Amino acid sequence: MNGEKRILLEYADKINPEKAEDYIKVGGYKGLEKARKMKPKQIIEEVKKSKLRGRGGAGFSTGMKWSFVPEHAPVKYVVCNLDEGEPGTYKDRIICEKNAQALLEGMAICALAIGAKKGYIYCRGEYPHIVRLLNNAIESAKKAGVLEDFDIEVRMGAGAYVCGEETALIESIEGKRGEPRFKPPFPGVEGLWGVPTVVNNVETFACIPYILTHGAEWFASIGAPDYPGTKVLTLTGDINNPTYFEVPTDYLLSDVIYKLGGGIKGGRKLKAVQVGGSSGAFIPPENIHTSIDFDSMSRIGASLGSGAVFVLDETRDIVDVATRIAKFFEHESCGKCNPCREGTFRMYEMMQRINAGRGSEEDLENILVLSRVMQKASLCGLGQAAPIPIETTIKHFREDYMRKLM
Amino acid sequence: MITLTIDGKRVTVPKGTSLLDACRIAGADIPTLCHDPELSLAGSCRMCVVEVAGRRNLIASCVTPAEEGMQVETESEAVIEARRIILELLLARHKLECHVCERDGDCKLQDYCYRYGVKDSRFKGEEPHFYKEDPNPFIERDYDKCIMCTKCIRACAEITGAFAINLKNRGHNAVISTAFDLGLKDSTCVFCGQCIMVCPVGSLVSKVEKGRGRTYQTEKVRTVCTYCGTGCTLELKVLNDRVVGVNSIRDEKLSPANRGALCVKGRFGWDFIDSPERLKEPLVRKNGELMPVSWEEALDYTAKRLKEVKEKWGSDSIAVFTSARTTNEENYLLQKLARAVIGTNNIDHCARL
Ligand SMILES: Cc1cc2nc3c(=O)[nH]c(=O)nc-3n(C[C@H](O)[C@H](O)[C@H](O)COP(=O)(O)O)c2cc1C
Ligand code: SF4
Ligand code: SF4
Ligand code: SF4
Ligand code: SF4
Repeated sequence: MNGEKRILLEYADKINPEKAEDYIKVGGYKGLEKARKMKPKQIIEEVKKSKLRGRGGAGFSTGMKWSFVPEHAPVKYVVCNLDEGEPGTYKDRIICEKNAQALLEGMAICALAIGAKKGYIYCRGEYPHIVRLLNNAIESAKKAGVLEDFDIEVRMGAGAYVCGEETALIESIEGKRGEPRFKPPFPGVEGLWGVPTVVNNVETFACIPYILTHGAEWFASIGAPDYPGTKVLTLTGDINNPTYFEVPTDYLLSDVIYKLGGGIKGGRKLKAVQVGGSSGAFIPPENIHTSIDFDSMSRIGASLGSGAVFVLDETRDIVDVATRIAKFFEHESCGKCNPCREGTFRMYEMMQRINAGRGSEEDLENILVLSRVMQKASLCGLGQAAPIPIETTIKHFREDYMRKLM
Repeated sequence: MITLTIDGKRVTVPKGTSLLDACRIAGADIPTLCHDPELSLAGSCRMCVVEVAGRRNLIASCVTPAEEGMQVETESEAVIEARRIILELLLARHKLECHVCERDGDCKLQDYCYRYGVKDSRFKGEEPHFYKEDPNPFIERDYDKCIMCTKCIRACAEITGAFAINLKNRGHNAVISTAFDLGLKDSTCVFCGQCIMVCPVGSLVSKVEKGRGRTYQTEKVRTVCTYCGTGCTLELKVLNDRVVGVNSIRDEKLSPANRGALCVKGRFGWDFIDSPERLKEPLVRKNGELMPVSWEEALDYTAKRLKEVKEKWGSDSIAVFTSARTTNEENYLLQKLARAVIGTNNIDHCARL
């Protein structure tokens, strides 16, 4: 064994994710059955006790999130975030392709816990085959009778990264321009069409059935104590084994690269690794002996984010990579708030200048000031995180920048 | 009630008060570009950010409720840095030409740059390229000066209900646009000018007023629009005894009927005042030509002709049509004249001009 621990992906390629019966045969829908015998408050307590934290990036306690939903609101919604826009991330697609029924079961359990009758899955626009797969999976679950009166509708995004942000996602489902709302109010109180809404990531929902089936203590005992469970990671870049893995959350980043990933391509040395997608920090080789869980990553100034692991070998031009990332954010900024709309645009201009050998030390200083303000003053996580890859490359690889300056 | 500390001062405010209002109650002068008390909240310009103890990020005070025990600093180093950088980012996409701008002296961008000593932008690069050619008689749309506060969009939707404009494109290329980017006259725009009223800078300008005198150069006369019976308050800009423009008065106490909102006539239709075609004395047609006469002669002539027509063709051959531009009392008297003197019920009113 390479140290993987498969819970969500245990029956990958052994069952047909579209068929409820396949899933039921391997123990599926037991969690939902159990939940039906529990009071909503007990379900939420169980999820709280499991210490499950959101797998979409922010790492917020799932049980807490559910508990914020006002009990007596007449209409509520469950929304699954399958926007998966973070470059290098495809774990939600894998979870759907291997175990879609677990996602449906997780949503149905959430619906019981908060008292919702309707759920939406917001699917990334580039995944039309997943929309088909999910629609078939929902139909099969409906036929099997396991969902009872809980309805799930699949909606499709149109390729905007920002629509992965929960409130922009809600706007998009409502048929509006994909722009984040200010918070508070949080979706739990005022979400889709103004009513209480729980938004969770695919992986978060997919953990729920296992928590209900095997118990909160069991889940809480796996991996890192404050961010327990497993995490599905996707490896990309200069790595021998660029694929997906499910590991306990106390797994070391260095083991992800050298054990699971089989090391750097061509036996070259590691330059840097970026965890969590394009908005993640770049981690220098000296920091990779760190557990991948949310808090350990934060301690080294990084973030687990979506669980994408992007590996760069020693031959890579990190300034060029950071410039491309700046371009991505310049393209994806929704344009609502000043620091991000203009900040991402000017950041890309300055990075292009530096990358082309026309930048000055002043540009570098201006980037750092801008980066600070964007992180502190942008409206949503996009603008707050956009400068992080640039700032961290300047921090850890300043010589690479200096070499390119005029 | 909630008690919090703002710039070292303890203030108590009702629950539900925004942090912005609480700061203002505490005497702090918080700059805002996208906030308008009459419009829905946007929380997007980020100029109103303040520092709250224990929070990692700066907080946009307009969209954050005041909370018990908050420790707030409204002009900390981080706050000032953020505001300066935001202003510099806006200047980098701004056609800065205060010397010829209609809004010089009445512009929030100018005011805040002055306040924070922002002379120039360190982020200069690609210049603005957002100017929108729009051949309509009333509104110039120079988005090279737009600061993207979206107040015009909200005013159009929430005050006028015309929904003529919204955002097009994303990121830096986002721009205010009508559907299909048509000119305003081919959109649902009704040329009320509420967008001009709320625009904090010189991006939206009245073509009728352009070049005739900035607000600070003119004498301001508060009055009531004469076009219809609604009674909208407006402010005339007067220069050298000539009306050169109209401002909104948004204070509800001074402008109870309309809180500053106007229609196309009140906002843009005042040029008749100095029109050479304006009638200034009674005219009577003599030998096929209109000749100036005294009021006495005009009234005698009219009474004589009305009598003749009535005698020859009967009362109902005459109809009276009154105007919204006259007062209720005058309209009452005219219907009396029609019914009691001329003896006809043929009396009607234009209802609205
Ligand atoms: C710019 C941006 C993009 C995001 N994209 C995603 C995404 O693709 N998928 C996702 O699950 N969460 C994404 N998030 C996080 C969501 O806003 C939200 O926190 C998450 O869906 C909550 O689910 P969780 O608590 O289960 O993690 C994004 C956030 C930001 C700011
Ligand atoms: S931070 Fe960027 S993406 Fe988020 S609201 Fe502001 S402009 Fe839009
Ligand atoms: S809009 Fe304001 S800052 Fe811009 S040119 Fe006009 S007065 Fe100057
Ligand atoms: S003039 Fe009135 S209707 Fe036309 S865009 Fe402006 S606010 Fe809307
Ligand atoms: S045109 Fe004026 S009101 Fe409209 S977004 Fe631009 S600056 Fe704001």
